[in-house]
Amino acid sequence: MRRFLTSPFLLVGAVAVVVAILPMILPSNFYMRVAALVYINAIAVLGLNLLMGFAGQVSLGHAGFFGIGAYAMALGPVYLGLPSWASLLGGTAVSALLAFLVGRPILRLNGYYLAIATLGMGMLVAMVISNEANITGGPNGMEVQRMVLFGWRVAGSVTWYWISGISLVIAALVVVNLINSPTGRALRSIHDSEIAARVLGIDVARYKLLAFVISAIFASIAGSYLALLDGFVTPTTAGFLLSIELVVMAVLGGLGSILGSIVGAAILVILPQALTVFHEYEHVVLGAIIVVFLILLPSGIVPAIAALIRRRPA
Amino acid sequence: MTILRVENLGIAFGGVVAVDGVSFTVNRSEIFALIGPNGAGKTTLFNMISGVYVPQRGRIVLEGADVTNLAPHQLALRGMSRTFQNLQVFFRMTAAENVMVGRHVHENHNVFAHVLSLPSVHAQNRKTRADAERLLAMVGLAKVADSPASSLSYGALKRLEIARALAAEPRVLLLDEPAAGCNPVETEEIDAVIQKIAGQGISVVLVEHDMRLVMRISHRIHVLDRGKTLAVGTADEVRGNPAVIAAYLGGMGEREAARARG
Repeated sequence: MRRFLTSPFLLVGAVAVVVAILPMILPSNFYMRVAALVYINAIAVLGLNLLMGFAGQVSLGHAGFFGIGAYAMALGPVYLGLPSWASLLGGTAVSALLAFLVGRPILRLNGYYLAIATLGMGMLVAMVISNEANITGGPNGMEVQRMVLFGWRVAGSVTWYWISGISLVIAALVVVNLINSPTGRALRSIHDSEIAARVLGIDVARYKLLAFVISAIFASIAGSYLALLDGFVTPTTAGFLLSIELVVMAVLGGLGSILGSIVGAAILVILPQALTVFHEYEHVVLGAIIVVFLILLPSGIVPAIAALIRRRPA
Repeated sequence: MTILRVENLGIAFGGVVAVDGVSFTVNRSEIFALIGPNGAGKTTLFNMISGVYVPQRGRIVLEGADVTNLAPHQLALRGMSRTFQNLQVFFRMTAAENVMVGRHVHENHNVFAHVLSLPSVHAQNRKTRADAERLLAMVGLAKVADSPASSLSYGALKRLEIARALAAEPRVLLLDEPAAGCNPVETEEIDAVIQKIAGQGISVVLVEHDMRLVMRISHRIHVLDRGKTLAVGTADEVRGNPAVIAAYLGGMGEREAARARG
């Protein structure tokens, strides 16, 4: 168990096994859909965790990239006649470019200032989407064409379970690879001491930007997947609330923890489904649970459990 | 052979002139100490030389090239490395990982190779790790290589910073109070480490309050007081200099002055 929690590659393998086995346990398509939602959110949270948990740079605007990815799936086919896969790549490219352009000036900021700047960026994207109603349908949203690959109509909960599950495993592998490379060490060093990182030859601005762009790409792909799964997009996919939810998932699961990103996403996706029994008090209960978790496990769920296991004699 | 030349360097913060026209040269393999009472401007000088502060006047010449306005990471590429008076350790990393970060300038930075975890990345990681272990052994921290940096003692962290700075294979190493907070045994170890570093052809610029250490290992000593040069010379020359004695007696009390006289 101890080795399992410390070896990142075993961890990715375990995630793959869970993704492979879960369909045998899940009783219906509804649960497959919920699982797909968990995986899709987890992809975005993994990217955000690379930025926040490893490089230590906060973003309250990642729903902006999520929204760009989602709307690319609606807009690309209609206005540019692009097939879905090209729209997905196009949306990803737009998100990466926006992150690159916006990131350069705002990543000079620290702490609260960076939080506010990213918040502004995310809200700007959401505002453009809801205000350009004749293109985006405004608050009413837009229908998304089903993806067709080589004549195969890619739709349905089961199909999207597998696509999002396999993508999540790949995303986790990418993050693990990065973390265990000079790039990962550079990012982590920035988190602890920017000045020490700089005098050791690390171009801090470049590495922050790199983490920002990669996290934007992850969020954008997740947004595209959600649009394709739902077959519909609304401005809430780019909204402030989603930005916050992504941050909560990352913090609740554990900043700097790959497994934590997935656990955090799972809790925030599954809990509201389970809490519907509370009817109008659903959000109150959800909020209370999050507060209790953060008080009891301030380092996040997965790091706290890992510390518990480590403390116990083997 | 001159490696580092500082010419008429100056900086002021608000109305306070922290460093006021300081010049010196450092030779290859030399141990060059900067001493002076608190507030003399030693750390500010270090911050300018390592690119953390941009000097308001003067020039810094490293191996014949003007590097006055270069950023710290650019200076690192040219062979400048340093440690910090107030520790700047990567506390969330292990000791070995801290030193591995120091190898950054010598590693391949191709992010796509890193994402794909190509065999070349693994080979490089292994080499970086081996280098880190060798450097940790040199400063006596081999046993704690895989301990979190946050679990190490103050003296160990000081030595960890030296190992990390050395990992960049610098030609000039700035050490800001390497013996601060160390017990006599640790100080002696640091003494040996510094002499070994200089023996490898690295120029060491040292800021240190432990006068015994300074007098024992420095080839030349540069005394600062209130941002200005007070005296330059060998340990014996500086020790007998009336202005230095006065500054220390006036500024820092008798004990340190007595230790300086040896």
